[in-house]
Amino acid sequence: MTLPLMTRRAALIAGGAAFLAGSAGALTVSKQAGDRKFVLVILRGAMDGLAAAAPYGDAHYRALRGKLALAAPGEVGGVLPLTEGFGLHPNLTFLHERWAGSELAILPACASPYRERSHFDGQDVLETGAAEVFGASDGWLGRALTALPPGEAREAVAISSALPLVLRGSASATSWAPSFAPSASDDTLNRLMDLYAGDAILGPALASAIETNAIASASGMDTMGGKGRRAGPVAYKGLAEAAGRLLSAEGGPAAAVLSFDGWDTHANQGAANGQLALRLAGLDAALRALKDGLGPHWSQTVVAVVTEFGRTVAENGTGGTDHGTGSTAFLLGGAVSGGKFAGEWPGLAPKALFQGRDVAPATDLRSVFMTVLQDHWGLERGLMTRTVFPDAGGVRAIEGLVRV
Amino acid sequence: MPVTLAAAIAVNRFGLGARPGELDVASKDPKDWLSRQITNKSAFELPVPGLLTTRVAAEALSEYLQDLKVKTEGKAGKLSPEDQEEAILKPLKQLRDITINEIEARTQHALTTQTSFAERLVLFWSNHFTVSANKAVTIPFAGVFEREVIRVGMTGTFADLLVASTRHPGMLLYLDQAQSMGPNSKAGKRRDKGLNENLAREILELQTLGAQGGYTQADVTEFAKALTGWSLAGPRTKRLVPDADPGDFIFVDRFHEPGARTVMGKRYTGTDEGQGEAILRDLANHPSTAQRIAIKLARHFISDDPPAAAVEALAKSFRTSGGRLPALHETLIALEAAWQPEARKFKSPNEFFLSALRLAGLPKIERKGIVAAYGLLGQVPYQAPSPEGWPDDAASWAGPDAVIKRVEWSQALSDRLGSKIRPEDMMRAALGPALSARTVQSIARAESASQGLTLALMSPEFQRR
Repeated sequence: MTLPLMTRRAALIAGGAAFLAGSAGALTVSKQAGDRKFVLVILRGAMDGLAAAAPYGDAHYRALRGKLALAAPGEVGGVLPLTEGFGLHPNLTFLHERWAGSELAILPACASPYRERSHFDGQDVLETGAAEVFGASDGWLGRALTALPPGEAREAVAISSALPLVLRGSASATSWAPSFAPSASDDTLNRLMDLYAGDAILGPALASAIETNAIASASGMDTMGGKGRRAGPVAYKGLAEAAGRLLSAEGGPAAAVLSFDGWDTHANQGAANGQLALRLAGLDAALRALKDGLGPHWSQTVVAVVTEFGRTVAENGTGGTDHGTGSTAFLLGGAVSGGKFAGEWPGLAPKALFQGRDVAPATDLRSVFMTVLQDHWGLERGLMTRTVFPDAGGVRAIEGLVRV
Repeated sequence: MPVTLAAAIAVNRFGLGARPGELDVASKDPKDWLSRQITNKSAFELPVPGLLTTRVAAEALSEYLQDLKVKTEGKAGKLSPEDQEEAILKPLKQLRDITINEIEARTQHALTTQTSFAERLVLFWSNHFTVSANKAVTIPFAGVFEREVIRVGMTGTFADLLVASTRHPGMLLYLDQAQSMGPNSKAGKRRDKGLNENLAREILELQTLGAQGGYTQADVTEFAKALTGWSLAGPRTKRLVPDADPGDFIFVDRFHEPGARTVMGKRYTGTDEGQGEAILRDLANHPSTAQRIAIKLARHFISDDPPAAAVEALAKSFRTSGGRLPALHETLIALEAAWQPEARKFKSPNEFFLSALRLAGLPKIERKGIVAAYGLLGQVPYQAPSPEGWPDDAASWAGPDAVIKRVEWSQALSDRLGSKIRPEDMMRAALGPALSARTVQSIARAESASQGLTLALMSPEFQRR
């Protein structure tokens, strides 16, 4: 793909003359600012944090979890040992390696400000970064990209057909997913760009796609086809590979958003084996593939793995768990100062549970996102409270999690 | 008779897109063209022979589960790749064929139907009551659920539709209701099993009141308890309800939580399925439900952010008619805002796919590749990602990658149709006065007829309705 298209894209987005300060700046300086990579992994459906990082040493753990409880380290199907009486699910071997290499920090009781139990509303709050449902129509990462000063401009890509809410609101965000069909001819795309000159939706969307496709084909990804389209947890890996290659390409974006579906385990979720174990294995393989794809860029990468809310501590009547509140978040990558827990852990004592059923929310997820934006990307605190998280009054970044 | 803009709106915005000649028919009286479709039971039917009934689908599921058990029991981790193929993947593929048959049948019907407004209403309501085939146990039921619950219910009330949906095996399995037991029920006390609140929660949040509709966690739990015992007949329930056929709705007394329940401040006595049904009917007729349905309908037919007056008119129609769907649909047709000249709705992938094939006047869809085509565009029928169903706004469907996939698919379709097509004539027949001069010019300047059609299908006015 040729450069004039990109320039036209910028012109289209900015509505013509005013484009010079914004997106065009991004294209010329993004190489430098874009070296510090950020990958946001959203586990949609409410991931059971107690299955991912199990507090097996908690006195109440085994009684509450019933058949879902994982065995202690060393036993058959036992967890992989951490500190503080916690262990990782036996299928999270890559994460355990990162822990040993001090590249994984675990936040065991995270939640967005949302306190109800609807997936859709929960994801809305997680992605908008607002204090309540429908509090904003754009996403916190989108706003962060828009707020960056010209010299710090960065671009982001979502590995999906649609642009997720978290990236909406920014002209520097695009989306990309592997394709089966023969790619569209450049000539046709050029003609469509003309046809879309006055179209506020189709113009920017096509322009952005053309640019990402150019990066993808330059890194040999346009032939990867079917791999990324497999269903279920095996599909996570293909998507993560794609993210790694896009991020590490010359002139590639600085941020990627991955969405992995299917964490809503109401029935028969299993323990060391079973459907949730398969998903965790898929997640682990995907994160390993992401690291491989990033190559040397891994050392300057932060990956945040989050979910909209947690699940009930106790097993429900059908061998699963219902919608809860606090869940586990992971921060990993070469730029993470890890091998430790961060944030509070309220424990599983009856009085410590939220509404008597859920892990109590101890760490605001927005503080995790602030940590990445401030300490990894260098966004000013003022920008954060004015623009990115205007509703997050007392919420602050967590110190000591990013290697500067 | 000249083709009017109103006819183009009726056929393209309310319907699934014009087939050749259809605008001429609708131009006589566009509103009447729509009205005649909504009270006619047969307009909602899927006249394709050979699809499974609920009972046969239930038998197929039993066979599959039985077969899987025989071939895999006690062999965890010991199956060779070939054995796995034979024991797990092949039977699952056979099960998936049921869904592909349904997709083929529905698509084939959508291509040629002359009552495409009725068909769009089926798709709308089927999405409201989502049963996704993304779980093995729901694969056989997603299609038959739409045919035996949604299509059949289109001339009745919302309450009847909600009750029928909640009783169907597809919904009972999709939202984990079938195995839910009251903690104090006979079976619950004896076994290490109990309550599952998934169906109760999604009915409150997605199908009736809405997340802001005024219910609490306590309402969810109480409603879930009232629904315990709602299940379907299968091999394992023979002992409990001997005279039920596979797939029949059954009320299993041994699973039911005893006692009265309080939901949304109202107390429900009753000891059988009547308790849950009474709650369902009250939820169906709650003002929050009227409001939620009104917003969804207005958003689907008018714009992502519909005018409040239109929403209120629909909500009022819902309330005053007792949730009678034909009355609600008639109100929709009468809304002035639904006839605004500017097309504001960005087509979903499914809408784009069907309208393009209808524009091309294709009489028949090929089975081969149909799922891949839907998949490329991002919306495989009966595979909605969650109980919320497919999204209904431009922000969800007009992502950069989604747009380029539409270009790729349009190009493939155009190439297949060959060089003898006349894209401008096709577009004029489909859009009438809604075709823009700019698009006409772009088609005229294309280097080939095939490129012209690609540009036409991707034009701003064809991407919207």
